[in-house]
Parts: sequence; structure tokens; C-alpha cells
Amino acid sequence: MSAFTLNRRTLLKSAAIGSLGLTTGLLTQRSAFAADLTIGIIYVGSRDDYGWNQAHAVAAKALAAVPGVKVVEEENVPETVAVSKTMESMVELDGAGLIFATSFGYYSPFMVDAAKKYPDVQFRHAAPLWTDKDPKNAGSYFGYLDQAHYIDGIAAGLSTKSNKLGFVAAKPISSVLSNINSFTIGARKVNPNATVQVIFTGDWSMPVREAEATNALIDAGCDVITCHVDSPKTVIQNAEAKGVKSCGHNASQADLAPKGFITGAEYKWETIYKQYADTLTKGGELPNFLSGGYDLDFVQNTPYGAGATPEAIKAADAAKVEMKAKVPVFVGPLKDNTGKEVIPAGTSHAPYDPWIDQINFLVEGVTGSIT
Amino acid sequence: MVDIAQQDAAPAISGGFAEALDRVRRSSEYVVIPLFALLVAGLLFSIFLLALGQSPGTFFALLWRGGFGTGFSWQNTLVRAAPLILTALCVAIPARLGLVIIGGEGALVLGGFAAAVASIPLVHAGAPSFVVLPVMCLCAIAVGGLWIGLVGVLRHYRGINETIASLLMSYIAIAIMNFFVEGALRDPANPNKPSTQAIGEANMIGDVPGLGVHWGLPVGIVVAILLWVLMNRTTFGFAARVTGGNVRAARAQGLPVGRLIVISCAIAGACAGLAGFFEVAAIQGKANASLAAGYGFTGILVAFLARQNPLAIVPVAIFLGGIAAAGGLIQRRMGMPDATVQVLQGLMFVVLLVSETLYGRLPIFRAKGDKR
Repeated sequence: MSAFTLNRRTLLKSAAIGSLGLTTGLLTQRSAFAADLTIGIIYVGSRDDYGWNQAHAVAAKALAAVPGVKVVEEENVPETVAVSKTMESMVELDGAGLIFATSFGYYSPFMVDAAKKYPDVQFRHAAPLWTDKDPKNAGSYFGYLDQAHYIDGIAAGLSTKSNKLGFVAAKPISSVLSNINSFTIGARKVNPNATVQVIFTGDWSMPVREAEATNALIDAGCDVITCHVDSPKTVIQNAEAKGVKSCGHNASQADLAPKGFITGAEYKWETIYKQYADTLTKGGELPNFLSGGYDLDFVQNTPYGAGATPEAIKAADAAKVEMKAKVPVFVGPLKDNTGKEVIPAGTSHAPYDPWIDQINFLVEGVTGSIT
Repeated sequence: MVDIAQQDAAPAISGGFAEALDRVRRSSEYVVIPLFALLVAGLLFSIFLLALGQSPGTFFALLWRGGFGTGFSWQNTLVRAAPLILTALCVAIPARLGLVIIGGEGALVLGGFAAAVASIPLVHAGAPSFVVLPVMCLCAIAVGGLWIGLVGVLRHYRGINETIASLLMSYIAIAIMNFFVEGALRDPANPNKPSTQAIGEANMIGDVPGLGVHWGLPVGIVVAILLWVLMNRTTFGFAARVTGGNVRAARAQGLPVGRLIVISCAIAGACAGLAGFFEVAAIQGKANASLAAGYGFTGILVAFLARQNPLAIVPVAIFLGGIAAAGGLIQRRMGMPDATVQVLQGLMFVVLLVSETLYGRLPIFRAKGDKR
């Protein structure tokens, strides 16, 4: 046996062989990656943002545990040509068969174009945007979070002492307004004296303004704060630091507020993602449009925190049963906060009524304006 | 050793050839030092990776594959490089006059916004794309030029620091766009993502045939070459460089310093505005918050890495485009956060800045007879 001596030549030689092996390993990785189904998930922000992206990342983790499914993830992908390239890269280099584009602005033109380019790959987008004019291998999935905000409202209405609730909201658009309104309707159903003060920050992620808004609401006497912004982290942390209670949004923020957290409105994308993976691995066809709320287990509420009173828990649990039975939240007679009747007495809007997607007012009991 | 051999042998063979060789040797300084700096940055980054328990070999192999290894990777890289060339020019041109302009993002956003707004009446009137696109393009260039030109005016006539002014003005630019996009110019067809009205499929600039990359890339390269000629081969460029070297000397020579500053800033802004035009006409199809994607800020990095040389900007933009393109693959294959690639970029930036001190200090690159 010859003694192994390390000199410059053998070192260089082994390095060369090593890198060669590495390169070939990488080049053949596509086949090694070809599990039954490779799913690509794209996030607009970071996966641990305590909000929208984290809600998807939690589901991605659950999805990765499904046998035969391989998940590839990419975060901080802007709504530009970058997302086109990420989708193409997932198809070309990872062999993805299903792609979840989770940010609103990914849809048009980027995901639609990618779907046209790769007709054999399935593309799904997390907002109700797909119409039958769009490619058949594209589609939308969405959860009706207003139902979970309604539960938040009920719990908040029975956990407040000042009867003043604060809502930090991003933009005065329908998907936000429906959440503010359901929260308010829930709160006032169990506590008719409750009012909700809303502040719009103007954008999805504005931590400084969110902190200012939270402080302003607390200074105005609100003792429960909730929000609809991409990442509720700032709002919940500020509320906790100032000693007031809070309700979450998008994902679980329970560990940010061990003293004041009541509950939170969460998406449960896991249900949808597993359903898709299951259908595809069995060779089935995915629906183009999939949306639902409590009844389909697409949304949920965070387990109650220390801020929830026993009455609040009792009432919220009862309301969850109602939500699962598709009991409507928007029931007439209902006025908006300018006194105009928006739902006449005797009529109501069922949980998935398209009317809810078009909401353009704030209900009675909300202090604030959308103009 | 090579040095001595050359010195001895050169006169014997041919003066012209040896001189050319010598010029190559001296100017190779500008290639060798940055490459060496990149190597050092790569080594430092490898230590960082090893500390995280990741393999540098895998990382750099993925970097190669994701950025340059396949035809698809090249496409991905070039698409990302296209806006960076133009936004880097927005930094590099004023830099020749000693100005540090870092607000290209604002000129890009307003340029793109102006292009989208200009298209609205034309699209309504049913104008053909060969009318719509040039009008959009001119509006983008004009608005971008005015925006950074204003920075030059503030600098020269009011003595306001151009770096701070351009940076702050970029936030104003984004706010102006948001104000209109979410208000008066909002397209009702986009209820949840406020945008201007789409310019329409017929008015979109397509890809360069066979390349899969939009026309912003070749246009950017041509503009870079033109601006290199302007700055290095014309009296304007010479005057600008004199101003950058010593303002008082330039004034003493009777150079119109104020005009040079404002015009250079306007050219810079026009480049960024042009980048905005391509974002709207080739990518987004409308103006919205996605225009502010940070290209203006990455352009600063490109310009500094290229040492403010318009020609060097092209390969540097492609290099950084490649790193960005590979970033996704690295995230997916190595399960590392997006910030990993930013750490690499940051290290490169710092090491390259430090390497600036090496210029003129290494004997191997010195002119003959320079015994410093």
C-alpha cells in the first residue's frame, strides 16, 4: 500500500475530480428530483413574516410531508418579470408540475403568460381572478377570511372593556372592507355598544405607519386592536407592548402577544394545497376556481390566547358552528356608517355571494372613511 | 519577470507592437483588480457558507447553472440585466462630473408612469402602435430627464446635495405615481391592484426574435455605447470630466459648469426614464406599484462595480443579473433564504470598494520608467 501524500498535484487533481462529480451530480439532479409531483411555491415577501407569506409557507411545509410530493419554494420574488422567470425556472430546472403563485400582482400578465407557455403545467393563484377567458391550466383559489374576522369580532366584542376596537387596514378595497365589516358586525352582535375605529395606512406593508396607526388607535381609547395588512407583526407587537389586547390576521401571531392575544383570522391553505396534490397525484383534474370558508376548512381561527375572556370563547365557539353551517354574516336590515341602507330588512347575503366581493362601504359602527 | 523580458525584447522587434502590448499590460489593471476582488469576495463568502454548514461548491455550481449554465439561464439573466444597464447609466454619467446620484428609481417610476399615462388618450383614439410606442418612449425620456435634471438644477443653483435630493425625490416620485394610480387614473378593471389602464396587447413591445429577451436589452447596450462615446470621445465629455476632476479649474477654463451638470443629470434621468418605459411597454403593460421594484437601487451597485464606465456597465449588469437569476435556484435547491445572495452582493461591493486603493500601487501595471 502506497502512502498517501498530499501534494499540490494530488490536491488539484482531486479538486478537479470533485468539482466534476459535483457538476454532473447537479446536471442530473432533474431526474433525481422528479418525484411523483414537484410543486413550486412563490412568495412575494419572506416566509417568516408572521403574515400572508407565512400562512402559505406553513401550508407548504405540510404539503412537503405528503409522500410523493416535492416542494420547492422561492421567497422575496417581486411582481415583475422576476416572477415570470421564477415560474419558468421552476418548470425548466425543477420539473414542477404545479405552481402556486401566492401574490396578487403575479396573476396578470405573468402567471397567465406562463400558463400559455407551459400548457402541461398547472398554475394556481391565490386570489379570485381566474375567468373562463384565461388558460385552462391556470386557476384561482381563495379563502373567505371575512368569516374568520367575524369570529374575531365576536371574541373581541366580549373581551373589550372600553367598547372601542381599533382596526389597522391597508387599502380601502373590497377584500379589506369585507373583513372590517364582518369584524364589526360580529362585535356588535354580541356587544351593541362596541364601535370600531379604522385607520388606512395606504399600502400592504408599511411598518412605520402601521405602528403609528396602532398607537393612535390606542391613544383614542381602543383596547382591542386588529388589522388587515400583509404582516400584522408590527401591529400585534405594538398592541402587546402598550398592554392592550389584539386579534390576528393571515397567520398565527399568538406567540407575539402572550398576554393580550384573543384569537386571529387565519387562512388554512393547507386544505387547498393537499387537495390539489391529492387530485394531481391520482391523475385527476384540478378545478379552475376553488374558494370557500369555514365550511370547507379553508379558513380558521388561531387558538384562543390569554386575552380572550370565558364569555368570548363560548360565544366564538358557538359562532364557529354557525359558520360551518354557512349561516350568513351580512343580514339585513344593515346600514352603512353614513346611515344609508345597504341591505334591506328580510334579505341576507349567503357566505359566497359575489356581493361580498364587491363591498364598497363601511357598516354602521365603524368610525372611518373609505374616501 | 515578464516585465523585464518585454522591456528588453521590445525595441528589438517592433516599437509599435511592443507599445500596444505595453498598453494592454497597463490597462489590464482595470480587469485584473476587479477580478481579484471578486475572487476574494467569493472566498469570504465561502467561509460564510461553511459557517452555515453549506457547501460552497454546490453554491457556486448552482450559481453558474442558474445564471449562465443553460440557454434558459442566459435568458433569465439577460432579462434581469436589461433595466440595470439603464439605471446604472443614470448613476455613471453624473459620476463623471463628481456627482453621486442615487435616485434613479424615481426617474424610472415617473418615466414608466408618464409612458402609461401618455398611452391612455392614444389607445382610446385607436392609434396604431407605431404612434403609441414612440410617444410613450419620448414622454418617459422627457419626464425622467426633467426629474434628475431638476436634481442637477438644485445642485448647481441652490447648492443642495444631489445625493440626498435625488434619493428623497425618488420617494416623492413613487408617491406621485401612487397618488394618481390609486385615484384619478385608476383603471376600474383592477379593483384590488390599483393600476393605470392597460396599454393593450397590440402596443406591447415583443421580444428580440430568437433571444426571448425584450428590446430593452439591445437598446440599453446601444445607449451605453453611445454614452461611452459621448463621455470619452467628445468635447462635451471632456468638459464633463474636467468638471469632475476639478470644478474650480473647469470654471477658470471658462467651461459652462452649470450647464454641464444639468445636461448630464438630464441624460442620466432620461436613461432611467427609458428603463421605466420598457418596464411598462415590455413587461407590465400598465403603471402600478410594481414599477418600484428596486432596479434604480441595484443600478447604483452596477455603476460602482463598473467604476462608472458606461461600457463596463454592460458586463457588470449581466453578471449581477446572473446572480439574481441564480438566486431563485439556490433558494430552491439549498433551502437557503433569499438574503444569502444579498450577502454575496454586499461582500462583493465592499471588497471592490476596498480594492479601489490598489489602483496605481501595483508595479506590474505601471508605465515604464515609473519608479514610484
